[in-house]
Amino acid sequence: MRISWWKIVAVTLLVYTILGGFLFEVPRLNIVNETIRSLYFHVPMWFGMVVMFLVSTIYSIKYLRKPSVSHDNFAVSFANTGLLFGLLGIVTGMIWANYTWGSPWHGDPKQNGAAIALLVYFAYFVLRGSVENQEQRARLSAVYNIFAFGAMIPLIFIIPRMTSSMHPGSGGNPGFNMYDLDSKMRMVFYPACVGWILLGTWISTLQIRMKKIDEHIAELEDEKNN
Amino acid sequence: MKKTINNLLVLGLILICNPLFAQQEVEMADTMRSNGKIYVVVSILLVIFIGIVGFLTLMDRKISGLEKRLPGKKE
Repeated sequence: MRISWWKIVAVTLLVYTILGGFLFEVPRLNIVNETIRSLYFHVPMWFGMVVMFLVSTIYSIKYLRKPSVSHDNFAVSFANTGLLFGLLGIVTGMIWANYTWGSPWHGDPKQNGAAIALLVYFAYFVLRGSVENQEQRARLSAVYNIFAFGAMIPLIFIIPRMTSSMHPGSGGNPGFNMYDLDSKMRMVFYPACVGWILLGTWISTLQIRMKKIDEHIAELEDEKNN
Repeated sequence: MKKTINNLLVLGLILICNPLFAQQEVEMADTMRSNGKIYVVVSILLVIFIGIVGFLTLMDRKISGLEKRLPGKKE
């Protein structure tokens, strides 16, 4: 076990999120009522996703500058965790929307944008799966990954703000003005984001290390055969 | 001129009434809280979360074990 301070921080912050998220005071608002607490769990998924995809893109750029298997490993593992966060974000969003907006899929611009962004990232894995040659796969998917990140930014951050959206902070305003004005909520919300980002990093590093072992074994087998 | 005065009056009325709207009772899970049943929810979530973290820790350990078993990489 590689005990690192940040793994401990991740778990501590998330335990604090669960405790504070349910037990601390929240603003009493109509329509959302007590479900406002979902903000502590649903929104950090998206923060986690964006950070995971950002790290993945950085490693893809690094790969294109200096091709190495390790950079490709980092890129794919972080994209994987990012996709997991995105899926959890969309499912939790649908549950929340069913209660507050009346139906799970409301065609809300942010919801649609997030779904399209996830499809773009699905295609990243389809692309990886369809190329046999390892070097080609790494290079093609690195280029595509940069494109995918570039497509995700307008889909999630720009288009929903240009049109009216039922998500708070849409229609020209930066986020976190309506519900999040309450400074008590920030006390739980920001630690939650950091906690999930760190936990996502942990999951990604486990994947990276597994892939490294896999490659090492493949190399040993090659040597045996030669 | 008259229109602006009217608008200002309406605005003033809204501002006066605003605290009244805010005081309207918004339904929250207060009964659940006063019963202490919220702790049931919190403890269930904590158990699930700690279970998942424990699983991750075990996986981390096993991967470390595998890394140790591999012969040193020649590079």
